[in-house]
Amino acid sequence: MTMKQFFAFVRKEFRHVLRDKRTMLILLGMPVAQIILFGFAISTEIRNIDTALLVPDMGENVRKLSEKFDASDYFSIVTVISDEADIDGLFQRGDADLVIAFSPDFDENMYTSEGSSIRLIADATNTNAASAMTMYASNIIGDYVSGIAASSGMYGVSGVQPNIRMLYNPQMRSAYTFVPGVMGLIIILICAMMTSVSIVREKETGTMELLLVSPTKPIVVIMAKMVPYFVVSMVNYLTILALSVWLLHIPISGSFWALTLLSVIYIVLSLALGQLISTIAKTQVSAMLMSGFMLLVPVLFFSELLFPVDSMPLVFRWFSDLIPARWYVIGVKKIMIEGLPMFYAAREFIILSVMAAVILGVSLMRYKNRM
Amino acid sequence: MGGNVIEVEGLTKVFGDFTAVDHISFSVAKGEIFGFLGANGAGKTTAMKMLCGLSRPTSGHATVAGYDINTEAEEVKRNIGYMSQKFSLYEDLTVYENIELFAGIYGMKRKDISRKAVTILKKLGFYSERKTLVKSLPLGWKQKLAFSVAIFHGPKVVFLDEPTGGVDPVARRQFWFMIYEAAERGITVFVTTHYMDEAEYCNRISIMVDGRIEALDTPAALKRKFGTDSMDSVFYQLARGAKRSE
Repeated sequence: MTMKQFFAFVRKEFRHVLRDKRTMLILLGMPVAQIILFGFAISTEIRNIDTALLVPDMGENVRKLSEKFDASDYFSIVTVISDEADIDGLFQRGDADLVIAFSPDFDENMYTSEGSSIRLIADATNTNAASAMTMYASNIIGDYVSGIAASSGMYGVSGVQPNIRMLYNPQMRSAYTFVPGVMGLIIILICAMMTSVSIVREKETGTMELLLVSPTKPIVVIMAKMVPYFVVSMVNYLTILALSVWLLHIPISGSFWALTLLSVIYIVLSLALGQLISTIAKTQVSAMLMSGFMLLVPVLFFSELLFPVDSMPLVFRWFSDLIPARWYVIGVKKIMIEGLPMFYAAREFIILSVMAAVILGVSLMRYKNRM
Repeated sequence: MGGNVIEVEGLTKVFGDFTAVDHISFSVAKGEIFGFLGANGAGKTTAMKMLCGLSRPTSGHATVAGYDINTEAEEVKRNIGYMSQKFSLYEDLTVYENIELFAGIYGMKRKDISRKAVTILKKLGFYSERKTLVKSLPLGWKQKLAFSVAIFHGPKVVFLDEPTGGVDPVARRQFWFMIYEAAERGITVFVTTHYMDEAEYCNRISIMVDGRIEALDTPAALKRKFGTDSMDSVFYQLARGAKRSE
């Protein structure tokens, strides 16, 4: 009896979802669009920085260093000036984002007690970009200086050079950061928003009343609502994985099944969250706004998608601990990017499971009480 | 309890310090068309919700189809049909899919569903529209369909909450024809309405004022009692004394 009812409901929910072609297209297209946007259009890496050189006196080292800059993907030399007074104009006209200024008599002074210097002058209106480009430039200069120091036997010049090794993401590609983030974002948005809207819609149109006077148990109605969105989310999950493996070339270093299990827990959690929102929201619009604001903003800010949580003030770090997406993203990074065995993500598994159980429990309780 | 399908005894619902339904008692016989009238806010909907097992009474007893609404709500729900004032079928499902869903909810077998659906759709003249989305049907059709769906599983009682709101007199007459047909087959009809001409179609009517039933009789007897020849006037005389309105 109950199973038959359940399947009658599931069939109905699938019909609702499949019939609404436009929403369907958005649901399935969103992850593709996001991956492509983050993968190709939006990038935290900076390339082709418009660079100007200030060269008061040409010399061999100046020339070699300039060539190194020009050869790098990061910099493109747009102009070479010799007068310090022209620097301001370059920035004001927007001709250059970075000026590499060699000190006068660079070559001669390199070996004197006076020494030579290179100043990096960056447009810091975009702080992230500014720090990235000065870092790239420092690396190139550092390499060059230690090179000539070694060849001339002047070890003292180079001093202690740090030897940096980038673990798990040797090329420092931002895709490694955003793929887990996008997964966390898409899943929670689709599950929570769609479930809450579809439940509230039934309240608005009055069909919910019809279901309540029927002998159906509320839990059957709610569970059936979750099934299609669960399927849509699994499709999205696999789409994102496929895109990141074959399009962005990010391998799944760890176990696919562990990653899938983690995602299933997260999907169930998100569906329960949508259900919870639906017990609060009165209209479809408010359900949409609630899931938008309550989920999108915290997920964007506190899931390490855009900003590192560790560098936030303590209060925000506490707050971020409450965001399920954060734990999911950490878990995905551990399994997918770092290739750790499931055991190492035990904390994330446990936290997400507990959160899912609590949210599901509260929302079912609220659902019962309201009826 | 004899031939009574609905028995209500001192049914009361209190919200905080507001008594929405105040000790109402009445009974409805099998196959009767019982009109449940009252101004907005008189407590009709609250009373109906209690009888449907949607809301628990604060005090009092009632049985519907032989089951106690306090202790056997599940059984009550299994034996009633319901059609609400807001047109309540799924607009984005087809005519047939709606029937299939609601019949499925009441546990009917798929084979029985399709056989019975064909019969009913042919009788309504909707058979050619069985694959049409409900949202593209005219309102009068939708209401007929909603009523057919509400009694599809063969309930003992069907509750109709202002079923004919917003349709023209011709469609209303056709709708009432369906109600009579259902009553003849032994389905008890419990209907709330705003239209006084519809009240005349009922076997008996009750009029609620401020949470209490102020009058309960056949339309003819009520008109005699209030010395008038229109239900409108009966209703107006009673409702005028109301303290509360929405």
